[in-house]
Parts: sequence; structure tokens; C-alpha cells
Amino acid sequence: MNGRFIGRALLYVGLVVGAILTLLPLVWMVSASFMRPGEANTIPPPLFPAHPTLEHYKALFTRIDLARHFLNSTVVTMGATVISVLVNSMAAYAFAKLIFPGRDKLFRTLTLALVIPAQVGMLPLFLLLRQMGLVNTFLGVMIPYFAGVFGIFMVRQYIMSLPDELLHAARIDGAGEFRIFWSIVVPVITPILVTLAAFTFLSAWNDFMWPLIILSDDRLYTLPVALANLSGEHVQDTELMMAGSVLTVLPALIVFLIFQRAYVRGIMGGSVKG
Amino acid sequence: MTNILERRQQRAAWLFLAPALLMIGLFFFLPVLAGMGLSLTDFDVYALGRPSTARFVGFKNYLDMFQHPVFQVAVRNTFYFAFVGAPLSVMVSLGAAMLLQSKGLRLKGLFRTIYFAPVVTTLVAVAIVWRYLYHPRHGLLNHGLGSLGIGPIDWLGDPAWSMPAIIVMAVWKNFGYNMLIFTAGLQTIPDEHYDAAAIDGAGFWQRFRHITLPGLGPVLLFVAVTTMIGFFQLFSEPYVMTQGGPLRSTTSLILFMYEEGFRWWRMGTASAVAMLLFLLTLGFTLIQLRLSRGRA
Repeated sequence: MNGRFIGRALLYVGLVVGAILTLLPLVWMVSASFMRPGEANTIPPPLFPAHPTLEHYKALFTRIDLARHFLNSTVVTMGATVISVLVNSMAAYAFAKLIFPGRDKLFRTLTLALVIPAQVGMLPLFLLLRQMGLVNTFLGVMIPYFAGVFGIFMVRQYIMSLPDELLHAARIDGAGEFRIFWSIVVPVITPILVTLAAFTFLSAWNDFMWPLIILSDDRLYTLPVALANLSGEHVQDTELMMAGSVLTVLPALIVFLIFQRAYVRGIMGGSVKG
Repeated sequence: MTNILERRQQRAAWLFLAPALLMIGLFFFLPVLAGMGLSLTDFDVYALGRPSTARFVGFKNYLDMFQHPVFQVAVRNTFYFAFVGAPLSVMVSLGAAMLLQSKGLRLKGLFRTIYFAPVVTTLVAVAIVWRYLYHPRHGLLNHGLGSLGIGPIDWLGDPAWSMPAIIVMAVWKNFGYNMLIFTAGLQTIPDEHYDAAAIDGAGFWQRFRHITLPGLGPVLLFVAVTTMIGFFQLFSEPYVMTQGGPLRSTTSLILFMYEEGFRWWRMGTASAVAMLLFLLTLGFTLIQLRLSRGRA
């Protein structure tokens, strides 16, 4: 009985220490963003601001115009998310419920894309978009997100579990496939569409390498690219950089916390079946 | 009658598929194939202006690449990062998942959310945070280690410590993802197996070896391989934290590819590096498929 109690206590101690270590970088980021200039670099390094100030956040929106990059990121992320949900769910419906010759073969060919890292095609993709005049445009940043095999795969699994009778009845009534998709399928697959939207939002918001490559005009930079750029110039301004990091991380964390259940379902459902 | 319906459904199917197929074909498969071709040419900054000046050079880019001193270092660094970092990350994930799996644990959801939080943060932003945490004089890490009597370490400035520092940061950032996958895997192992083992007097280590590991088998294999493949793609951490230094000690394959391709516009060489990444990924995927088939 006593050994059991000690075991329990150790378990909680371990979990709490792990949680503190995990949160520490994020807590310090927030805390340092409210410190006076130079305060974070005093010795010993303070964990909390002595006199909290908002001046770095003000500077980011006035002197540095981070609002522009925040807006850029928002436009790119929203566009990528909306189109990705639309395009991938339509394809998923065709693969799951419509009968056409070569369906399974086509699907298997597409799943090859799952094992090819995106970086493999990045150089030619850049050259292609350059030919199309899409370098230095938001459309160019968004294009890799519009259609993805992972999204199609995830939504297809979900649609396949719907009973066929639902669709048959509508077909006999003479409803076209688009009507069936919009008014029968979409309403019942909303949970998986939310999952897909959360995935796309977070990966588009957090992405760095592709926007870094495709954008050369610094006014069009998304937040991560602008932040990386800024961190070179303002390497001494710890507190300012932390405020910028908070503004970049916060929307991602908020979206995750709101859609946590949907997001986690996507990870836990997709992987174990595979 | 049925024929008309069938044909109508086929037409609808292709309309539903068209946007996705067009985009995946044009913006994914075509570039991957073109990359193979590009790696056999001397496409450079001149060809960027006039593509017709690019010439076919066979496997010259590959031969040059293997001779390139920075490439050799980049391969070594990438393998270091992947072969040390990925197993470490998998172990931390499994440990966290097992702790969270304990019976009757309170606040399980809260712990899980906390451990997962770094996964959804923006890599560039947290890399900047960690750069300050690693600061030799003002950094929180050295301050903490100092109070334990461990001398100051120049984490990102010392070539011996720069890669370990990036590995620690990457493990912190990523372990929550695999933790969730392991959690799902652990839930498939029936409680009775553990109960029976406990009655037989099996200790923690024996239960882990004879029940948990075999029960997780395919999941563990999947996680190990996908994590390794992910770690081969190291780019943003060194780009933001060290710019590949000091003394090239954190230059990764993809960072080398980026510099060759987008800084010096040597697209031919850069494509050869991309193809190497492709082959590495393919190799590890095939190993995974073979092993998981062998099991079944």
C-alpha cells in the first residue's frame, strides 16, 4: 500500500516536471515580451518582468509594421484552408462513393505522394511558378496547400463509412451528384472537414521554407519569414523578438485549443489504421 | 436506363476529381519528375534567364556533389541529427505516452495538451526563443545548469554542442506528436495482458518488454520510420538558430540544397541533393514496408 502511494507520487512528480520543462520556453517567451528593453539580458536572467510593459507590442505595430505580415499570413492561411477543404473533400467523395473505371488504381497511384517529401519537387515547382508569373504572389504561396493526398485520404476514409442507402434514395429521387454532395454528404462529414481545416490552417500558418523561397518582396512576407528576417536585424532586442514570437505563435495555439478534439482525432485516427 | 445513370455518375466523378488531380499532377508529381531531369542538367543563374542555355550533363552533378566538402559535412550532420535525434524523440514520446496511460490518472487531458502544445507552435518563432535560452551568458539554460554546478556551455557557438542543442530543441518541439500516436497504440493493448502479467509477478521492465513493445510493434515501426524521414528534412532550425554554423556544424542536406538552389541558383546541383533526399526517404519507407510485412 505504501509502495503504491510512493509510485503514484513519483508518477505525478514526473508528469509535473515534464510539464514545467515543456512549458518553460513558452512561458519565458511570453514573460520576456513584457520586460523592459535589456531586462531579459541581465544576470541572473529574470523569469518574470519587474515592471511589465507593452512597449514592444506597440513597436511591432508602429515602428516595424508587423500588422502587415500578420495580415499576409491570415490571407494566405485562410485561402489555403478554404480551398483545400473544398477541393480535397470533393475528390474524396468521388473516390469513396462514385463508381468509375480505374478508381482504385488511380487512388493507389496518388498515395505514392505520401512518401515523397515536399522538398523533392520544390526547385522545379519554383521554376514552374516563375514561368506562370506566380513568384512573389500570395497565390504562389498557397498553391502547394490546395490539394493534398493526405487530406483526400483522411476524408475518403470518413465518407466510406457512410451508408450507401442514404445516397441511393436521393439518386432515385433524381438528385444530381453535386446536390447530393452539398446537401447530404457535406452536412454529415463536417467533423472530418473541421479536422482537415485545422490541419491545413496550422501547417500553412507555421510554414517557413516555401514562403521563404517563393516570396522575395519583403512587404509580402508571411509572419514566420518576416520574423526570421527581423531576428537577424534585431538580435540584441530580446524582448522585442519575444513579442514578435508571441504574436506568431498565439493564433496557432488558439486555433489548436479551439479545435483540439478535431485535430487530435486526425492524428490518432489516421496513423494507427495505416 | 442503368447505363445512362452509370455514365452520368462517371462524368460527375471526373468533375469532382478534376481540381484535385490537376493541382496534384501539375504542382506535385510534375515537379518531382522534372527534378529528376533537372538534376541531370547544368541549370544555373544564366539558365534562369534563358532556360535554353541549360545543357544535359549526365550524372556530373551527382559526382560533383559527392566531392563537395560542404555536402559531405551536410550528410554527416543530417545523419547525426536523424540517427541521434529521431530515436531520442521516439523514446521521449513513448515515455510520455506510457506515463499518461497510467490507470486512474487525474488531469490526463491537461497533461496531454501541455505536452502537445509545442507541436502546433510556429517553428521559426520557437527557434528564436530557444536561441535566447541557449545564450551562453544570459540564457536560462546555462543559468539553470550553473546552479547545478555545470559550467557555462556555448550551445550554439561551439561546433561540438551546436547539433546536440538543435536536437534537444527538435525533440521538445516534436515529441508530442508521436506521443499521441503511441497513446492510440497503447489503447489497443488489452488490460488483461497486464493484469495477467502482474499476477505472474512480472516487474515493470518485463511487462514493457513482453507486452508493451510487442503490442505496439507495427505502430512503433511506423513511428520510428516516419520520424527518421521527418528528421532528414532538417532545415528551419539551423536556418534560424545557427545559419548552418558554427564551422558548418549544423548545415543540413536541405539547408545545403537551399543555398545551392536559391542563393547561388545552381539548380542542377540542388536537384541532385533533392533526389538524394528522395532516395533516402524511399529506402526507409521500403524497409518499413518489408519489416511490417514480415511481421504479418
